[in-house]
Amino acid sequence: MDNALGQPQSIVLLGGTSDIGLAIVRELLSPTTRLVVLACRDVQAGERSAAGLRHDSLDVQVVQFDGAAFATHQPFVADLAERFGDLDVVVIAFSVLGDAATTTTDPMAAAELAQVDFTGVVSSTVAVAARLRTQGHGAIVMLSSVAGERVRSANPVYGGAKAGIDGFAQGLGDALAGEGVHMLIVRPGFVHSAMTRGLKPAPFATTPEKVAAITAKGLRNRRRIVWAPGILRPVFIVLRHLPGAVWRRLPLG
Amino acid sequence: MAEVLELLPADLPAALKEVGPRGALVRGLGRSYGDAAQNAGGLVMRLPGTTHDVGLDSDRGTVTLPAGASIDEVLRVIVPRGFFVPVTPGTRFVTIGGAIASDIHGKNHHVEGSFGNHIESMTMLLADGSVVLVSPTERADLFWATVGGMGLTGVILQATVRLLPIATSRMSVDTSRIADLEGLFAAMTEGDDRYRYSVAWIDPVAKGRQLGRGVLTRGDHAQLAQLDAKDASAPLEYGPHQLVSVPPLVPPMGVINLATVAAFNEVWFRKAPRGRVGEVQGIGAFFHPLDLVGSWNRLYGRPGMVQYQFVVPFGEEDAMRTVVERLAARGTASFLAVLKRFGAANDAPLSFPAPGWTLAVDVPAGSHGLGDLLHGLDRVVLDAGGRHYFAKDAHTTPDAIRRGYPRLDEWKAVRRAVDPHGMWQSDLSRRLRLTP
Repeated sequence: MDNALGQPQSIVLLGGTSDIGLAIVRELLSPTTRLVVLACRDVQAGERSAAGLRHDSLDVQVVQFDGAAFATHQPFVADLAERFGDLDVVVIAFSVLGDAATTTTDPMAAAELAQVDFTGVVSSTVAVAARLRTQGHGAIVMLSSVAGERVRSANPVYGGAKAGIDGFAQGLGDALAGEGVHMLIVRPGFVHSAMTRGLKPAPFATTPEKVAAITAKGLRNRRRIVWAPGILRPVFIVLRHLPGAVWRRLPLG
Repeated sequence: MAEVLELLPADLPAALKEVGPRGALVRGLGRSYGDAAQNAGGLVMRLPGTTHDVGLDSDRGTVTLPAGASIDEVLRVIVPRGFFVPVTPGTRFVTIGGAIASDIHGKNHHVEGSFGNHIESMTMLLADGSVVLVSPTERADLFWATVGGMGLTGVILQATVRLLPIATSRMSVDTSRIADLEGLFAAMTEGDDRYRYSVAWIDPVAKGRQLGRGVLTRGDHAQLAQLDAKDASAPLEYGPHQLVSVPPLVPPMGVINLATVAAFNEVWFRKAPRGRVGEVQGIGAFFHPLDLVGSWNRLYGRPGMVQYQFVVPFGEEDAMRTVVERLAARGTASFLAVLKRFGAANDAPLSFPAPGWTLAVDVPAGSHGLGDLLHGLDRVVLDAGGRHYFAKDAHTTPDAIRRGYPRLDEWKAVRRAVDPHGMWQSDLSRRLRLTP
C-alpha cells in the first residue's frame, strides 16, 4: 500500500534489466519501500541490476520472467502476490527493439518481435491488472513510446507494437478507473540507453533518469499519460497531423 | 477501492459471511487523517448511531451507548443533564467505537488518561460471529487489545462509559502567551497539574529566538458562581454550531502557502492575551475549534495534507526541539501545531499516549521532499524512545511501529486468537504489518 505521500512499499519491474525501468525504480525508492522485484528473462543480468539497488532494509528479488511465454504470465503474477503480498507499483518495461532492416523484411522475425513487444505486454498486463483489481489499489506504469504515436518507416514493427500497447493501455486504464487502480502511460522520445546504443539520437533525446523523474511525478499526480520530455507532446500534436507525404520525407532517423 | 456499507448490528453476521480474502473493517465516521478506516479491495462497514439508544444512568454517572454514536450526538443528550464525556478530542465528529479503537486522548490526558481508561465494559462481535462482553476484569487481554486496537480485534457494538458530572456547560479558561519552546516546557511542567485541561498551540513557522512560541490555554468546567446572570439562568444549555464553511470552490492548489500561514500564525499569536484568567467560554470554542469551520481540510487544495503526531518521553525535550527546528527551518507551511504534556499510559499494548510530550502538526501533502523530512523526523522520535499515533499516521513504516510499540507481539497474539483467519483488515493494518 502506498503511504499518503504516494511512496510505494513494493515495486515490480517487468523487464528487470531495462535502463529506463531501473531508473524508475530508483526514483520511486524511499525508506518506505521494502521490496523490489526484478522480473527478467536473463536472471544473471537481473542479479547485476539488483546488486546496485540492495541495501540493509530493502529486499530485492530477481525472478525469471519470459515476456513471450504467455501461458506463464497468470501463474507468474499469482506467485508474486502469494510470496510478496500487495503489489503497489508494477512497471511494464520489457521490449526488444529488434533490427529494423530484418523485421521489416523477415515475417518470422517480425512476428517474434511483435510477440514480445505487443502480445507479451498485453497478456502480462492483463494478469497484473486482475491482481491489482482484487487488491483494490495499485498502479501500472506502461512504457509506451512516441514511436507508437505516429509510426515511422524506419522501424514499423517496433513502432506498430508500441502503438498497439499504447491504445491497449488507454482502454484498460479507463476500464480500471473506479477500481482504485491507476494506469500511467509513459511516452518517451529517444532515450540514451543500452537498447539504443549506437543509434543516431532523434531530436529531443533524453535520459532514463529524466524519464524516471517525469514518471514519478505522473504517478503522484495520477496522470493518465506523460511525455518525456514534455515538449514532445506539442511536437507530436503537429507531427500527427502532417500529411502523409510530408511525414514520410521527414529526416527522423 | 472498497465498498462502504451502512448496516444495523443485527445484519452484521450475514454480511460477514460474504467477506472475501481482503477482509472487512467496521469504522466510525471515517474521519481519520490516514488510512486507518480504509480497506482497499475489501469491505468497509459503518454502524449507524442513534441517540435514542443512549442509556444514561444519572445515579452511577455512566452511559451505555451504541458504538456508532458520535460524541456530538452524545453531548447533546448528556450535557443538559449535567454530564460530560470523560475525554474529547479536538472534534466532536468521532464515534464512541472510533474513540475506543484509537484510544483517543484530549486536553485532560495528564490528569485523566485516554478514552479507554473510562470504559466500564463493552460488547463486541468477534470474527466467529459470537458476541462477548469485555471489561478490565472480564477477558481483560481482549479488552485492552481492543482499546487502541484500530478495529482489528472485532466489532465494538456497545460501550458503557463513565461520565464526568458538570455544574455548567461553560468552561473557565486561563490563557497565556509564551515566548518560546523552553518557556512552554517550563510552564506546563510547573503548572499543568493545577488544571484538568491543558494544551499549547505553537507556531511551527517561527524560528530562532521565537522557536516554539505558543499560546497555552488551560482550564476546567466553570462553576455556577462564575457565570453571569444571563448564562446562570440556563447553566447547562448546549447548542454548538458551525460558524462558517469553506466554500465549494477552492483553487486546486489550495490557499495554504507559507505567506498565508505565516500571516495567520502571526495574527493568532499577537491576538492572544499575554495572560488572562478565568475567561468563560463555551464547550465548542474550548474543545472543538476545528468544528467551527466546516470542511476546513479543503483549504489545502487537491494534494491534501498529512498530520504528523508523535510522543517523546520526559527528558527527551531535545528531540522535541529538533523536530520543531527542522519543521521551522524547512519552512513547511504548517498551521498551528499542538503541544501537550501526557500523563500515565494505560494497559493497552497499542495505546499511543505515554508519559512525555506529544506534538501534532499538519503539513501540506504536496510539498517537495516531505517524505525525506518525515522519515528523518521518525528517526529522531524513535531514537528518543518515542512513537507515532496510528490514528494519524500516513507515512511511517512497519519497522518504526515495531520500535515504537514494544508490546506489538503481545497484541498480535491476542488478535490471532480471536481472528485466526484474518477477517479484520485495513489499509493501515497491511501497510504497517499489524495483520498478516
